[in-house]
Amino acid sequence: MVNQTWTLSMMRIKLALRSRTFLFFSMAMPMGFLFGYVIFFGRGNAMAVPYLLGAILALSVMGAFWGLSMQLVMFREQGILRRFHLAPIGPGAMLASSIISNYFLVFPTVILEFLICRFVFHMPTWGNLWAVFLLVSIGAATFSAMGLIVASVTNDMQETTVINNIIWSLFLFLSGVTIPVAFMPGWVQKVTLFLPATYLATGLEGAMLHAASFSEVLEVTIALTVSLILAFEVSRRLFRWEPEEKIRGKAKLWAVAALIPFLLLGSWELARGHLLQEINHQFQIINQRATPPRQSTHRR
Amino acid sequence: MTEPVIQVEGLYKNYGAVEALRGVSFEVHEGELFGLLGPNGAGKTTTIEILEGLRTQDRGTVRVCGLDPQKSPLEMKHVVGAALQSTSLPDKMRVEETLEMFAHFYRNHRDPKELLKRFQLEEKRNAFYNQLSGGQKQRLALALALVNNPRMIFLDEPTAGLDPQVRREIYDTLEELKKEKKTILLTTHYIEEAERLCDRVAIVDYGRVMALGTPRELKQRSAATTRIEVRLSQPSADGALNHLDGVTDCRKLEETYLLHSSKPTQTIVALVKHLEAEGVELQGLEMFSPSLEDVFLELTGRRLRE
Repeated sequence: MVNQTWTLSMMRIKLALRSRTFLFFSMAMPMGFLFGYVIFFGRGNAMAVPYLLGAILALSVMGAFWGLSMQLVMFREQGILRRFHLAPIGPGAMLASSIISNYFLVFPTVILEFLICRFVFHMPTWGNLWAVFLLVSIGAATFSAMGLIVASVTNDMQETTVINNIIWSLFLFLSGVTIPVAFMPGWVQKVTLFLPATYLATGLEGAMLHAASFSEVLEVTIALTVSLILAFEVSRRLFRWEPEEKIRGKAKLWAVAALIPFLLLGSWELARGHLLQEINHQFQIINQRATPPRQSTHRR
Repeated sequence: MTEPVIQVEGLYKNYGAVEALRGVSFEVHEGELFGLLGPNGAGKTTTIEILEGLRTQDRGTVRVCGLDPQKSPLEMKHVVGAALQSTSLPDKMRVEETLEMFAHFYRNHRDPKELLKRFQLEEKRNAFYNQLSGGQKQRLALALALVNNPRMIFLDEPTAGLDPQVRREIYDTLEELKKEKKTILLTTHYIEEAERLCDRVAIVDYGRVMALGTPRELKQRSAATTRIEVRLSQPSADGALNHLDGVTDCRKLEETYLLHSSKPTQTIVALVKHLEAEGVELQGLEMFSPSLEDVFLELTGRRLRE
């Protein structure tokens, strides 16, 4: 199975690199966001770059959610999966190949973003690179698996696109990577506590901004790992090779299983308020760094 | 006697209210090229896809190379090869890398380069799948079916929709595989394919096996008559040809008389005598033995349409 998974992963990486659409969304768009963020939000201030890079890294990693799960739905609809089903390959190998190839496709973008921030925007720190590596790795795998679970519970490309767009919008606008959570009304801030994307973004921003230690990102790492395992197993059980095999309504509820770790973590955070404090703290740091001292004194 | 490579017993399959299979049973022996012949919707593809492990039956038992496709799917797939009725692969996969990738999935496999040569795909080795013609795609599908050097090969309508030239090339390939003593199960709705290639044929319609045997046996078993087509220098007297020895039916189609005879030799002798007596010249005579098409018509009351 390891050999087959690896062969499939290499094939899917090749196919992704031959797709202009994939290259645009996974490489060009994150770079566009990076330049836009640093130029418009950071106003070229090198001190703001680590925080902004944290958000951009989170965005790139979350992109694995779209990644190759859509390709799997397309393969099913076009009857391509049927040909693979004739070979001695199980659903596990097919799904794992999506996660592995996504993982390898995310890293060049992440490295490029780091290098641009360091050498073009003169970012003063590397942050905690090991914590970043851990979060990027587990994040890419988990968001990829979340994409797979959507692919497993939808019946066609149209349905997959609609559901992916809804979930992606929640990740994009409520995780803090586009709109800072500190700007949001109190009740919306509470909602963000139940999104995996919020934890990933906060973890990466912390690892970049104040070199957050392993223990500081442990909670989110555990939650993402449990989520990955649940999403993979549910996707494996619901996997379909045939275009005409439709999934029943009740079976779709299994998708919620992947969110259990974040429902628990969100409830816990809601009770103790630690994450929201951290988010507001990070936002204050970045505001102080980005604001010239004289103006800062005047405001106070 | 060795155990059959394929054993199918009382196979039933419904798609909602549609009964696709209604008790299909047959066996395929080692080294045999066995054909399932029938029109579209007869149940051929459902049968072959159950054997390939792509679908599950509602009732009945299936063994392929001694394995149950549902209980030991991965083990079975290592020893069988298959080409679907319509093979789809990712557009941006190159021909050679497709063969290499599938070769990696199996414990035993053939050299992809040898398959490229055998299926005349060497020039297209670096072409993307979406740049191939229909015939080239089908040749690649056949090459993929052989990539694991299988004991048993399933081919679902391997020549459907292809032009006659490509079809002949595929017939040649299948004949080569026959010489290599590969066991092959082929579905088709082409009479000539079944007659030319198959050692034994099961005629399938409405989810049932209507008849089973070698093409010769099926034709011999049939009550179908020989068709004799005759062209004369002047019209024959009304009804005269109907009364010739062995003639069961006589029709005139434009300038040609179509005689159906159960005793073709006697009919021809009688015809020559009759024409001599009448002073009519014989301008042309052709004789057609009953085909599997006639057998199918006799069994089902309808024609196989190409």
